[in-house]
Amino acid sequence: MSDSTEITTTAEPAIVLDSVSKSFVTGGRIVRALDNISARIRSGVVTGLIGPDAAGKTTLMRLIAGLLVPDAGRIVALGIDVAREPLRVQGALGYMPQRFGLYEDLTVQENLDLYADLHAVALVERPARYAELLKMTGLGPFTRRLAGRLSGGMKQKLGLACTLVGSPRLLLLDEPTVGVDPVSRRELWAIVYNLVENRGTSVLLSTAYLDEAERCADVLLMHEGRTLGQGAPGTFTRRVAGRSFRVFAPDVGKRALQKRLATAPGVTDAIIQGANVRIVTDKAAPPDPRELLADMPHAEITAVAPRFEDSFVSLLKAPGAAIAAAVAAAVPREAPARKAPGDGEMIVVRNLSRRFGDFYAVRDVSFSVRRGEVFGLLGANGAGKSTTFRMLCGLLPASEGTLRVAGEDLRHAAARARANIGYMAQKFSLYAELSVLRNLRFFAAAYGLRAARQRERIEWALSEFELKPFANARSADLPLGYKQRLALAAALMHEPEIIFLDEPTSGVDPLGRRDFWRRINALAESGVTVMVTTHFMEEAEYCDRLVIMAQGRILAEGTSEEMKARVRSAEIPDPSMEDAFVALIQNNLANGAQAA
Amino acid sequence: MWRRILALTIKELLAVLQDPKSRFVLVGPPIIQLLVFGYAASFDLKQVPFAVYNQDASQPSRDLVARFAGSPTFREVAAIHSDAEATALIDPGKVLMVLRIDPRFTRDLLSGRPGPVQIIVDGRNSNTALIVLGYASTIITDFSLGWIAEHGGQDPPALLDVRSWFNPNLDSRWFIVPGIVALLTQVVTLVLTALSVAREREAGTFDQLLVTPMSPLEIVIGKSLPGMLIGMMEASFIIAAAVLWFHIPLRGGLLPLFIGLGLFLLSMIGAGLMISSLSVTQQQALLGAFLFMVPSVILSGFATPIANMPPLIQDLTYVNPMRYFLIVVRGIFLEGSSARSLLPQLWPMAVIGVVTLAAAGYLFRRRLY
Repeated sequence: MSDSTEITTTAEPAIVLDSVSKSFVTGGRIVRALDNISARIRSGVVTGLIGPDAAGKTTLMRLIAGLLVPDAGRIVALGIDVAREPLRVQGALGYMPQRFGLYEDLTVQENLDLYADLHAVALVERPARYAELLKMTGLGPFTRRLAGRLSGGMKQKLGLACTLVGSPRLLLLDEPTVGVDPVSRRELWAIVYNLVENRGTSVLLSTAYLDEAERCADVLLMHEGRTLGQGAPGTFTRRVAGRSFRVFAPDVGKRALQKRLATAPGVTDAIIQGANVRIVTDKAAPPDPRELLADMPHAEITAVAPRFEDSFVSLLKAPGAAIAAAVAAAVPREAPARKAPGDGEMIVVRNLSRRFGDFYAVRDVSFSVRRGEVFGLLGANGAGKSTTFRMLCGLLPASEGTLRVAGEDLRHAAARARANIGYMAQKFSLYAELSVLRNLRFFAAAYGLRAARQRERIEWALSEFELKPFANARSADLPLGYKQRLALAAALMHEPEIIFLDEPTSGVDPLGRRDFWRRINALAESGVTVMVTTHFMEEAEYCDRLVIMAQGRILAEGTSEEMKARVRSAEIPDPSMEDAFVALIQNNLANGAQAA
Repeated sequence: MWRRILALTIKELLAVLQDPKSRFVLVGPPIIQLLVFGYAASFDLKQVPFAVYNQDASQPSRDLVARFAGSPTFREVAAIHSDAEATALIDPGKVLMVLRIDPRFTRDLLSGRPGPVQIIVDGRNSNTALIVLGYASTIITDFSLGWIAEHGGQDPPALLDVRSWFNPNLDSRWFIVPGIVALLTQVVTLVLTALSVAREREAGTFDQLLVTPMSPLEIVIGKSLPGMLIGMMEASFIIAAAVLWFHIPLRGGLLPLFIGLGLFLLSMIGAGLMISSLSVTQQQALLGAFLFMVPSVILSGFATPIANMPPLIQDLTYVNPMRYFLIVVRGIFLEGSSARSLLPQLWPMAVIGVVTLAAAGYLFRRRLY
């Protein structure tokens, strides 16, 4: 493989995109979902379509599948012009949309039969085909189970099996791994690899998880409707080779260190990773500790392997990229320390359970969170983290156990407890049809802020979150990153002591995520307690402490370092959070099997 | 507390008024329905097509036919000469009635006996058939009285002299248009409030609202006030249209009318919010609203009298707020009833309103999963 983005292949490419553009009109505004995309997707390998939400991944998939017609440009899939012969293309490829259309009231077998009928698979071929698919997905023992009763990972596998029932030569998978637990994620990847190796299927797989780039043979990196680059993942990471380092400074807190490094000259990127700060420099030379950290004699700087994300961030921050300027200008402000960080326990959970009928969504969960801590609740969809979270916010009564938030028992003083908490819901829920200013005004009033104080806080929100230029814009029309800022601003109107963040940065681009965490870190420094749920393994690294949940129970509690240390071995010298998670789940399964 | 409620009310009003779809719900259906019900829905029959089968070709029978043909209610479309022809006209619905005059008609009349006349009506729509029969028998009675006056003979033993109170011409529009005030107010208020919580639940903002220190009571009041305001405006518009455009007499006072309206709105908002707090999506809420609305209209006495319903169903109408409000509007429009005389209609609406609102407030927190 050459280092250039041009890929020379002997075989005919699976998909050819030739200056493809597509715009949508929403609310009188034209959104350019895809802007002049040209690429060749190789056949017989996995190509990753990687980018944050609103990058245009789904639009591109739907165009290739012939479900949309491009405004300009030409798409040829498997040698067929898609715009001219959509039915022929659809017959030859398999497309699995983000929320695959499984019929939840049908069994696994009935779903397979239905899709076999839809794809006109001959009856004589079916038994062999089913056997193969069921073996591949491990769904064999569950053929009689209703699809609605499967776990998130199993549903995804069934969706994949239904897509594969027609033996497509080209497979389009739209975010198949999002929200799926890491174990199922690995299994899904194994199925995809198996298809490529044994059947020579070409796969185009989109994902918002940047760490999945390294699992693809080729990567098409997208951002805001444009391609930022194409090539093997190695070509991306090689570009930033020798520029990634781990900094450990016992003299200062990790947050203070990160804040300092983020603005240091010569540093492109600085993020918290466990107790360390991971930096990417703009030159491939180790930074001089005396220069970078003059007053910290004990600081250690170690070179680490580059990651795909490093390359993405450096591409986004490259000169000429419009966003770079905006983020650089957002110099973190000193947040006044309202309350001295102390050891007070802000959230105490004891033997908490929540039952729905005879199903325990949360079972016997206990933990506590100290003031000023960033505490994570990590788990896959359906692990019980959302249920726990909702109980903590007073949105759901507990079946058993005690819950104390900000010193108030939620059973007795829910309203008083709520006055002390801020809540940022998943997907940044705000009143979409109201303007930014109206949203802020409403939440200020809902938290009982009086006239002068209300004006002051709204002014603070507009300037602190750089929302001034958008004050009168409909919040539905805001870019995703600004929606997220507005949601955080609304949750902070009343200066809560605790803030709950539900999947705060899912789908946001890496720069937006850094910007967000910069604010959260500043809040934590000023003594605000932060509670985060996430299925995003990366985000766990930003937390001081976290618990990992699966099937309603806590599997492990501790710092991310401790969790990773447990699985460190000769084979995995530098385990990721995901490795730790997978090992925990597998141990749990093994223990369960022993107990049974 | 009131500050928060005010903020919520303003937010709700803005959310409704800034969303083109909700704005249409406020303006479109009321105007369309007002026109449809005001003009199209009428029990009065005009220009009923009928055929004449006159087997008695003489002056008296022709006079009788002329009385039918000359009335604005009837329109002669065919003259036939056999029973088979009658079938051929009634079956496809070309005529609603056949007037058949017996060959002995004139002979019997002249000899002082009643002349046989047969009326055949299309009974497929029983309501229309009855009305047609009523009109026809009036014309025949008039003919008989005229005959007696001219040719002498015995007066009929009892003579009917009809006076219709409240609606002297029995114009069915006078009955229907005040009903529309209730019907339209119900549609708009119910749909609006049913969507209000469901919309927020769908967008995820309801959680955001519930984690603020607002109590369920504050949320219920904040969500009710916009419905109350918009419902009042809608109803005022329809009342004005009824009086100024359709010239329905408004004999009672506006105060009792608006007291009744306020209580009716309260019960509608309660029902709407209850449906809304039970639904997870806007689609469910809309479906729920219609599931409530259709029986509520049928069991209200809007078109068919409650007294005609089986006893068990009649009992069911006591929980239907529209039943009470219809009596109130019709009473105030046509009878000029006072608030005091309507008291038996007013308190049940207040009770329904309070119960449903309390249930909605309770369900806000319970129905979260």
